[in-house]
This record gives sequence, structure tokens and C-alpha cells, in this order.
Amino acid sequence: MPTAFVNNQEIELKEGERLNCIQAAQRIGFEIPHYCWHPALSVVASCRMCLVEVGERKPDGTVVMQPKLVPGCQTPVKEGTVVVADSPKVKAAQQATLEYLLLNHPLDCPTCDQAGECGLQDYSYKYGRGYSRLQEPKNIKPDKDHIGDQITLFTDRCIMCTRCVRFTREYSGTSELQVVARGSDEEIDVFPGRPCNNLLAGNVVDLCPVGALCSKDFLYKQRVWWLKEARSVCPNCSTGCSIQVEQNDDRVYRLKPRTNPMSQGHFMCDEGRFGWKYIHVENRLTFPVRRKNGQIRTRDWDDVIPSLQKALAKAAARAPEKCAAIFSPWMTCEEAYMLASFLRSLSPKFRLALGPVRVTGQDDTYPKDFYGRPLEPVRFTIHAEKCPNHRGVSMVLEHFGAAATMGDVLAQAEAGLEAVYAVGGDPQGWLDEAQAAALAKAQLTVVQDILPSPLSEQADYVLTGGSFAERDGTFVNYKGLAQEIHRAIRSPDGARPDGRILWELSGRRGLYSVAAIRKEMAEKVPAFSALAQGVLGEFGVLLNEHGAPEPSVVAAAK
Amino acid sequence: MPDFEPVLLARVNKPDSTSLESYRADGGYAALKKALGMAPADVVAAVKDSVLRGRGGAGFPAGLKWTFLPKDHSGPIYLCVNADESEPGTFNNRILMEEDPHQLIEGIAIACHAIRSNTAYIYLRYEYGRSYRVLEAAIKECYAAGLLGKNILGAGFNLDVYLHRGAAAYICGEETGLIESLEGKRAWPRIKPPFPAIEGLFRKPTIVNNVETLCCVTHIINRGAAWFKSIGVPPDPANPRDLGSFGPKLYCISGHVNKPGCVELPLGVTARQLIEEHGGGVWKGRRAKAVVPGGISMGFLTADELDTPLDFNGPLKAGCLGLGTAAVVVVDDQTSMVDVLYNCCRFMSHESCGQCTPCREGTKWMTRILERIRAGHGKLEDLDTLLEVAGSMGIIPGTTICGLSDGAAWPVKNAINKFRAEFEDYITTGRRAVTPAQELMAAAH
Ligand SMILES: Cc1cc2nc3c(=O)[nH]c(=O)nc-3n(C[C@H](O)[C@H](O)[C@H](O)COP(=O)(O)O)c2cc1C
Ligand code: SF4
Ligand code: SF4
Ligand code: SF4
Ligand code: FES
Repeated sequence: MPTAFVNNQEIELKEGERLNCIQAAQRIGFEIPHYCWHPALSVVASCRMCLVEVGERKPDGTVVMQPKLVPGCQTPVKEGTVVVADSPKVKAAQQATLEYLLLNHPLDCPTCDQAGECGLQDYSYKYGRGYSRLQEPKNIKPDKDHIGDQITLFTDRCIMCTRCVRFTREYSGTSELQVVARGSDEEIDVFPGRPCNNLLAGNVVDLCPVGALCSKDFLYKQRVWWLKEARSVCPNCSTGCSIQVEQNDDRVYRLKPRTNPMSQGHFMCDEGRFGWKYIHVENRLTFPVRRKNGQIRTRDWDDVIPSLQKALAKAAARAPEKCAAIFSPWMTCEEAYMLASFLRSLSPKFRLALGPVRVTGQDDTYPKDFYGRPLEPVRFTIHAEKCPNHRGVSMVLEHFGAAATMGDVLAQAEAGLEAVYAVGGDPQGWLDEAQAAALAKAQLTVVQDILPSPLSEQADYVLTGGSFAERDGTFVNYKGLAQEIHRAIRSPDGARPDGRILWELSGRRGLYSVAAIRKEMAEKVPAFSALAQGVLGEFGVLLNEHGAPEPSVVAAAK
Repeated sequence: MPDFEPVLLARVNKPDSTSLESYRADGGYAALKKALGMAPADVVAAVKDSVLRGRGGAGFPAGLKWTFLPKDHSGPIYLCVNADESEPGTFNNRILMEEDPHQLIEGIAIACHAIRSNTAYIYLRYEYGRSYRVLEAAIKECYAAGLLGKNILGAGFNLDVYLHRGAAAYICGEETGLIESLEGKRAWPRIKPPFPAIEGLFRKPTIVNNVETLCCVTHIINRGAAWFKSIGVPPDPANPRDLGSFGPKLYCISGHVNKPGCVELPLGVTARQLIEEHGGGVWKGRRAKAVVPGGISMGFLTADELDTPLDFNGPLKAGCLGLGTAAVVVVDDQTSMVDVLYNCCRFMSHESCGQCTPCREGTKWMTRILERIRAGHGKLEDLDTLLEVAGSMGIIPGTTICGLSDGAAWPVKNAINKFRAEFEDYITTGRRAVTPAQELMAAAH
């Protein structure tokens, strides 16, 4: 196995592996500071933050170092490569580069959104000299609010790493961002009338290592050190981007993509990034409801759950073939599994159907050219299927031998149903007035949802569930990648995570545990057998048709 | 060297020197004919044997560069003719293009045959309007006469030459900046490797050569490598890396001299000879205080260093960056080095392409420090700051993407190290130095 050396420590390289010095140093947990380099973008080696000493160890053990410092991002590490990233020469270069970058930097950290997660702050602290020798007034450049609908530019904070420019050239392909002027007069800008509004635009804010590009949505809302993160998965389409939900005091402030080579890579789209606002709307369903003859009888879980248990059992005993449930592709696998096994325990004839799977337009691929035409090779896809777990819920339903659709249930509703249990969850709505009226004709109508719908106005039972940010569970994306979502915030008022509702409804004892359900599901449902460990890790587990993990992909991601 | 007869400038003062007819009457295109009768590899070998070093500033051996092209490459190979000539003080390419365009075109055709290229681009500095018109007319004549286009001179060799005007930026002269600019992009120099010979214009193997370099090729084919090596200076035994400085060279003389101009001399003439024998001496009866040896990015020679031979090795020994473009700029003893240096820094900060942090920020910072010194608010520490900034910008070999950063650092290093007393005097007394720096230095000791 090829061996290289970083700061006198040996690292092993896999055959054919292509690492630069920054990546090689990461292997021993050593950070070579860098700005312009990003694993998803082309190498420009222009910021000169990552300068290191590089040499070669000959087979006879002698080491020959190159006389000059080289950019670690541009320099490949091969058999026998020797990287020195902590010598006085390297440190002097780092100090010099940081001093240059800070010369005209406004140092307005107290009012800068990036403070706390800023590459300039962090590196200055670690590698800088602590004071500036610039005696001239700083070069102030005008802020640019016109960069995009979601993006604003604090021009004087920019360090000209060009990550943002390369992203719009190489990833979205739309090339809105440009460098204008030359030398120290350079600025980032857009062409007049062509703002940066592509659906991947929000990523440039994450890519910007400093507080130059800021999100208008997040601007001045929070100091980042107050935010707590939870690992999750974007629910807005079947791509299933790995994300983190960032919250403070039960309020979500932003979503950020989480790098996952098995899922979407490094980025996320703006539909997902800004698509969470419904979590905090005024009219969220909060307390549960039990109605009798159209009148609200109680809004208390301690009453609603036992009384619903009885009502469902009664209906299933009376006419099981006239009992139906509609599952939502917004449910987690565990929720779907709990509901399905509960209802089938009441009667094996309980009819289980998949609810509407919202599809909008076509899969939207990137990069695109200047005119919006898609280009090959595709680097990012926003799927047309606008729900997170169509695949996972279908796997559960298949296991229970359920093949019905919502249309089948509606048709049966016209003929008269004993009981219907409908799960919603799509924030854009999932049934119209007529469909609601049809379902409401059933003797017993139960709806589990987060937002008001025509059905929640008249159902006998309304179970008030949680949004994706309030739940734990598993989503399976379009290609079979099972990933965990984690609860980031508590549900508002009387709303409860759906898993807990179903745990109690199905009469399970103790506190709701998603890991316990996941294990049980993996045991009972062969398609999920790969999830038997109960935890899916940072990147998730890719399920093939038979539910076993796809080993090649798992290995590649490591 | 009284008996040296110009080669490159031989036809310059002839009437009608730009026409094909007059060029042919002087034996023009015989070299091309000869070259087309040779195998490309033999042409490369001849140029390699001559140790012709690039005239564009870096002095890299042209023949060696040509051998870096991939062997058996099946796709296109390009030649880019670097006619962006923007180094302050330099105007020799201009004379070659305006006065004898066919000498250049013949060199281009021979080089293209040697490197198996069928397409050459002349990247011309925008301001050279006359060069543009003259070259355009000459290229037209060549197409009409079967010297360009298909089946040149019946030898089965095809070549198209395109004349491209830049948009006036110094950085477009850096070979990869030039390539980016030709591709229609911002002239941001590329990181190397890959070098252009492997991946250049339109990602194809490309050779970039200076106008004067290519003009020399014509004569090497005509007269042979041995002739070329009989002119100039052999390698310095004290410097194992020196390859020697052979052949004729166009020297530009400008600044405070009586007779500015461009002369052709064997490599190795001294700065003093140039000023005294060819530049008519320093003007107004003054003395030289400092001399730029080869464009401002090479730094300065002091009055004591005027006997430095201006070959590829000499300026290095005097602490300069190199021979550069062999453009000598004379600074007289009534001129303040602070002003001179300020001008150099202002130019470099204006021309930095802005990619690399040290160059983008450093050039501007140095300019602003000098601005402040000139405004009377200088401090003695400023000189150390300037040296330190220049030190981190220009570590040879360089730590930035292209050589501009080194070229911006060198005049600062040389000026402050060699004329420190004058800078200190300027800062402490606020006086513009009109006394020769040497006297100030003597007084300080
Ligand atoms: C900032 C900068 C500017 C340059 N400008 C020119 C120029 O104007 N003309 C030129 O021939 N070479 C210029 N060069 C040198 C070229 O990069 C390259 O070395 C040269 O064109 C190669 O040709 P040669 O080997 O024939 O000299 C410049 C280099 C740098 C770093
Ligand atoms: S705006 Fe941010 S990402 Fe873009 S060049 Fe400036 S610092 Fe880099
Ligand atoms: S691509 Fe889909 S999963 Fe990814 S962020 Fe966008 S909506 Fe969410
Ligand atoms: S050294 Fe200066 S001119 Fe050259 S690429 Fe870097 S910033 Fe541009
Ligand atoms: S990270 Fe290597 S030069 Fe910017």
C-alpha cells in the first residue's frame, strides 16, 4: 500500500486514491487552513492560505524537499510524498496571507452574521499575528443587496476566494456570479438584470468562508453560537438531502446541507432550504380533538387515545372489510410500520392504502447552461416527487400486502365505510373538499396531520402530529438510501410526534423509542433487515431491492 | 563589438521594409523553404542546439520547450505568439512588427512546422495600432502568395495565422493569462502544472513564444546553430544553472538618456556601454543613479553596478530578478527613488490580476505605504514593512500563480536595500532627494 508522510506521521493511501495535501492531512486529523479549495469545486489555488512544504522520500530513505512552498490544495500526495505543514516557514506564510486578507477587512464581527462560524475569525485566531500593520484607511466597497432574492453581499468582507463564482459556473451552471474589476479593486457581482436566483443559489452562502454572502432569510435573526443542530433529512422531495436543522428555543432558524457522499453530496436546493416555514405557522394543529355529532368533546390526549382505541376496535370487529387507512409518504418508516401493524392487529382485513404522492413537473437537474438547458453530467437533481418517504412507506405497505390507493378508498367511501384513518403531513395540502366530504361519511373518521385541512374540520378524531423537525425516524430516498431524521425542536402546544401517538395508540408500554421500533421493523420486515442495528450512522444505509445494504456504495462512502 | 552587424533589425531602415516584395528581395522566406525541406524534429534540434533562450522575459530555452509537447499527439497543437509587450520600458517587439512583419511571419511558419502546428495566434497588445495594420497587411500578402494557408510553398504544409488584439492588460502577456484571454475569458493565469505544452489553448498542447524569439528562429535556420552560438556569452562556470546567453538581442534604452531607442547587440553588453555608446549618455549632463536592467519588474542596478553585463546571468549576480526584456530604463541623479518606486508599485497594483492573495493585497499595500511616504507621513518602520511584504510576495521560486508578484516585489527589494539611505532621508527630512544616492550613502557611513 502506498505510504506518504504528513508532519512526520505516516499515512496509508489506497490504490489509485487521489488526495491533495489538505485531504492527506485530514487523515491524521491535522487541518491545513484553506479558503479557495472546496472538495466539490475545481482547484484554483489562489488564496494561498494552504501553503506547505513538500518533498519526496526516496526508496533509500533520504528525503528531498522542494525549495519553495506549494499550495497544498493543488499538490497531489503520492507514494513517498512528504508534507510538512507545521514548520516555521509554513507558519510565517500563513501569517502573511492572513495579514493580507485582513488588511481591508472591516472587522465588523459584532454585526456580522458569520461571526462564530467564520473562516477568517477561526484562522486568525489559530494562525494569525493578532494585529494589523496597515496604517492607511481601509478600502471600503459598497454592499450589494441586489445579488439575489435570497442573497446579499457585504462586499468589503469578501476575500475573493471565488468559491461562489465557481459554484454557479460548475454546479448550478447558471454563471450569475462574476468577478468584476481587477486587482485589489475586484468585487463579486452579477450582470445587471441577472440576479443569482437559481434553485441552488442558497449554497453560495454556505460556501462563502466569511460573512460576505449572507442569507436574507437568516440575516440578523440569530447569533450562530446560540443554535443547536440536529441531523435530519430534507422532506421536500425524494432526493432526501442530508441536512442539519438549526434551532434555538424550539424555533428553527435555518437548514443547512450536511455532506453525504451517499446522498446528494455537499449541497441542497432552495426549495428545501427555505421550505420549512410551515413549521411555525399560526394555524398549526395543536391539541387533539374528539368530536361527537360535530361538537368538540375533548382536546385531551389522555381521553382521545383510549377512546379512539375502543372506537377502532369496535369498527374492526363490526365490519373489517369496510375499514381503511390512508398512509402518507410524509410518514417515517417506523410510523408507517406501527400504524400498519396496529391496524392489522385489529383485523387482518383492515385495508391499507397509500395516499397522494405529490409530483410537480419534471426532475430538475443541474448544471444548466446560461439559457437554463440541462447539461451532462448531472451533478444535482431536485426530484419532481415532492415528498420524503414514498419509497419507505411503500416498502412497509408492500410487506403488509397492501396495494390499494387513495382512489380505491374514496370509491369505497361513496359506498359507505365503517372507519377511515387518514394520515396527512404534506404541508401543501393533500385532499380537496369533495374528497374530505366523501371520507367524512364514514362512521368513524380519524385524521392525523399537522395543518388544518377540509377533513380536520369535520373528522371525529384529529390527531395532531409533528413536522419533520419534531420527529425521529427513517426516510428512504428515491434510490433506497435509508437515513435518520432526528427531533430538533418540541412540537407546539398539544401536538405530539406521530411516533409517540402511534406508540400509545397501539398500546405499547413505556416511552416511545424509535430505535426499538426500527429494530422490530428490521426483524419483521425483510426489506428493512439491513437496519437491524437500530442506528444508521451519519450517511445512512443504502437498501437494495432485497433490503440488504449495497456493500460497494457503503465502502465507497467510507 | 564594433564589427557586430544587426540581424534582426537589418532591414529596419530600408524603404518599404514591410512589403513582401522587399522582404523576398532580401532573401526572405528562404529559411522557411529550407525548414520545410527538413523533418520537424530536425528543425527542433537546430533550435535546441542554438540554445536560443526566450526573449519574452523568462529566458527559457525555446527548443527545449518545444520538446515538451506530447509525442505522437493526433489532435491540434497551437502556437501563440506573445506580442502583448507591456513590460514598462519595452518596445522591441513593436519595432520588429512595425518594421519587418515578414521576418516574424517566417519565424512563426518555421516554428509551426517544427512543432507540427497548423494554427498560430498572434496575441497583440491593443495599443499597438500600427503593428496591427502592418501585420494584417503582411498576413494578407502571405495568403495571396501561398506562404500561408494550404500547401505552403508546395510542401504540403498548412498554416493559418490569426491576429488577435488584446484588451490592454499587462497580465495578458503572462503565457497562461494570454491563453485564457484568447479563449475569451478573464486573463487569470492558470495554475501549473499542466504547462501549456501539455494542456494550453482550448486544452490542447500549445507553445507560447515571444515575437523576438520567433524572429531569431528564422536566422538560426538560415545560418545555423553554430553561427548563433558564436554571438554572445558562454555559460558562467560559477553558475551551474546558467545555459549561456547566445545570439543577438534587442536592447531598449529609455528614461533619462539623450538618445532613447532600440539597438541590436550581442547578448552581454554592459549597462554602461548601452547608456554611453548607444543611448548618448545621461541627459542634461547628469549622472545615472539607478538603472532598470530589463523592465521594471527586474529591479534596479545602482550607479556602481553599471558594468554588469546584460546577459541572462549578469543581473542575477547584481541581485536583480533577471534580464527580463532587456529594457534599460535610466534614472538620473535628480530623481527621487521614492517617486520611482512609487510608480513601479502603482503600475503593478493596477495590473495585478487579483487572483492570489499576496499579489492582490501586497501590491496595493506597498503602493499605499509609498503614497503615504510621499505625502510626508512616512515612518522608518515602513521600510521594514515594505521589505517584509516584498519578501512574502516574491520568494523565488514564487509562491503565487504567476510571476507578476515576484516582479512587483523585486523593485521594492532592490530599491530599499540598495537606496535605503535615500528613503530614510526622505522620511525623516521630508526632502525629495535631489542629491545622488551614492553621496547620501557615503554621508551615512
Ligand atoms: C506578468 C507577466 C507578464 C508578461 N508579459 C509578457 C509579454 O508581454 N510578452 C512576452 O513575450 N512575455 C511576457 N511574459 C512572459 C511569458 O509568460 C512567457 O514566458 C513568454 O511569452 C514565453 O515566450 P519566450 O519563451 O519566447 O520568451 C510575461 C510574464 C509575466 C509573469
Ligand atoms: S463572496 Fe464569499 S465565496 Fe464569494 S469570493 Fe467572496 S469570500 Fe469567496
Ligand atoms: S433537492 Fe429535494 S431533498 Fe434536496 S434540498 Fe431540495 S427539496 Fe430537499
Ligand atoms: S501573481 Fe498576481 S498577477 Fe499573477 S496570478 Fe497571482 S494575482 Fe494574478
Ligand atoms: S486553499 Fe490552496 S490556495 Fe486556496
